[in-house]
Amino acid sequence: MSVLIDKFDVFASGFWLTLQICFLAAIGALILGSVVAVLRISPVPPLRALGTAYVNTFRNLPLTIVMFFAAFGLPALGSNADFLRIPGLDIVFSRLGTDLPYFRFALIALVLYTAAFVCEALRSGVNAVPAGQAEAARSLGLTFIQNLRHVVLPQSWTASVVPLGSVIIAMIKNSALIGFFGVIGDLSQTADQLTSAGGEPFIPVAIGISIGYLIMTVPLGALLDRVERRQAVAR
Amino acid sequence: MTTSEPLIVLESVNKWFGPLHVLDNVSLSVGRGEVVVVIGPSGSGKSTLCRTINRLEPITSGTITFDGQPLPAEGRALAKLRSEVGMVFQSFNLFAHKTILENVTLGPIKVRREKPAAARERGLALLDRVGIANQADKFPAQLSGGQQQRVAIARALAMQPKAMLFDEPTSALDPEMVGEVLDVMTSLAREGMTMVVVTHEMGFARHAANRVVFMADGQLVEDAPPAEFFANPRSERAKDFLSKILTH
Repeated sequence: MSVLIDKFDVFASGFWLTLQICFLAAIGALILGSVVAVLRISPVPPLRALGTAYVNTFRNLPLTIVMFFAAFGLPALGSNADFLRIPGLDIVFSRLGTDLPYFRFALIALVLYTAAFVCEALRSGVNAVPAGQAEAARSLGLTFIQNLRHVVLPQSWTASVVPLGSVIIAMIKNSALIGFFGVIGDLSQTADQLTSAGGEPFIPVAIGISIGYLIMTVPLGALLDRVERRQAVAR
Repeated sequence: MTTSEPLIVLESVNKWFGPLHVLDNVSLSVGRGEVVVVIGPSGSGKSTLCRTINRLEPITSGTITFDGQPLPAEGRALAKLRSEVGMVFQSFNLFAHKTILENVTLGPIKVRREKPAAARERGLALLDRVGIANQADKFPAQLSGGQQQRVAIARALAMQPKAMLFDEPTSALDPEMVGEVLDVMTSLAREGMTMVVVTHEMGFARHAANRVVFMADGQLVEDAPPAEFFANPRSERAKDFLSKILTH
C-alpha cells in the first residue's frame, strides 16, 4: 500500500485533472441541457422535434461512441476544437489551451452526452409542476419565456435538483473513459501509468483511484440527500 | 365602440379530442356587459367551450372572434388577447411560489409593464375589494379554498380585462365557501363586466345571468333568459337535466 503515499502526487494530479474536466463538463452540460430542455417544451413543433432528436441521439448512443466521434471525427472534419481555448479560462484549466486537443475533444463528448440527461432531468421537474400553473400564466398573457422564467422554472427546480445531481455523479464516473481517447493524466489513466509503466501493484493503485472518485461523488450524493430531506420538510 | 356589436362570437365551432366530438357546431355570441351562464351535464363540453374563448383549447374548425378580431395563432398577438380576457379556474391555479399580492401583480408588471408600485397599489385595492387585503403577504397554500378563488378573481381583474371567463369556479370549494365567491361574481356582474360562467350554481344562474346556455353532448341545446329557461325548458335533455338537479 506504500504506493498510495509514495505516489501521492501522481494520484493528486490525476484527481485534479478529472476534477477539472468534470467541472467544465458539468457547466457545459447544464447550459446545453437547459437549452435542449427549452426546445423540448417549446410551443413551436420544429423546435420540439429538434430537442427530441437531440435527446434521442445522445441518450441512446454509448458514451464510447460519442467520444470516438469527438476524438476521431472532429479532426477528420478539420477541427481541433480551438473554440474551447477560451482566453482566461485556459489559464485556470491549462489543458484547454494546449496544442494536443484530446482534453477538448473529451470535454465536448462529455458535454454532448450529459446534456441529453440534464435535459430530461430538467423536463421531469417541469412536468412535476401542475399544468394549471402554466395555464394560469398563459391566461394572464405571459409569453412562453415569461411563463418559464416566472412561473414554471422556479417551481420545477426543487423537483429537478435531485435527478440532476444523479446525472452529474454519473458524469463524473463516465469521465473515467477519457483516458482511452488520448487524454493523459486523469485519475483513471493514472492507474495505467502507475501499473503498466511504473510497475506498481495493481490492487493498491486501484484502491487509490477509487478513493479519488469517491472523494468527488460521495459528498455530492450526501448533499443531494440533504436537499431531498429539506424538501420533504418544506412539503 | 358600438354597443350593439357583440364582444365574443363563436361561429360553427367544432372540436375533436381524437374520436370524441366535444364541441359540435356551436355558435354563440356574447354582448358587451352580458352575463352568460353555461350549464349542462358533465362531459357536455361546457368547460371546453369556455377554454376555447382564450384559445387555451384550440378548435378544430369554425371561427371565434373577440372584440371584432379573430383569435390569433399562438404567439405575441395571442398573449395580448389573453391579457384582455380574465380567466378563473376550477382549481384556482394560484402561483404556489408567490405571495397573494405577487400573484395579483405579476401580470400587470410583466405583461403590461406597469410600475411595481402602481401595480401593488391597485393589487391591494383589488384584494380589499374581494375581502382579503389582510392576507396579502401569505402564500396560496395558507388560504382557504374560497379565499384562494377570490384571489384568483382579483388576479384576473388586475389585468383590467374586457371579459371574464369562469370555468366552474365553485366546484372545488367546500359548501360553506361557495357563497363568498358567488358574492364577488354577482357584484362583478352588476357592474357590467362581460362574463361567461360555466357553473352548476343554479341560484347564480337565476339571479345574475342575462342568458342561460344549456349544453349536452357537445351541442348547444338551448339559449334563453334564465326565468324562461328554468320555468319552461324546451328540450327533453334540459327538462331531464333540471329534474335531476332541482329535485334534491
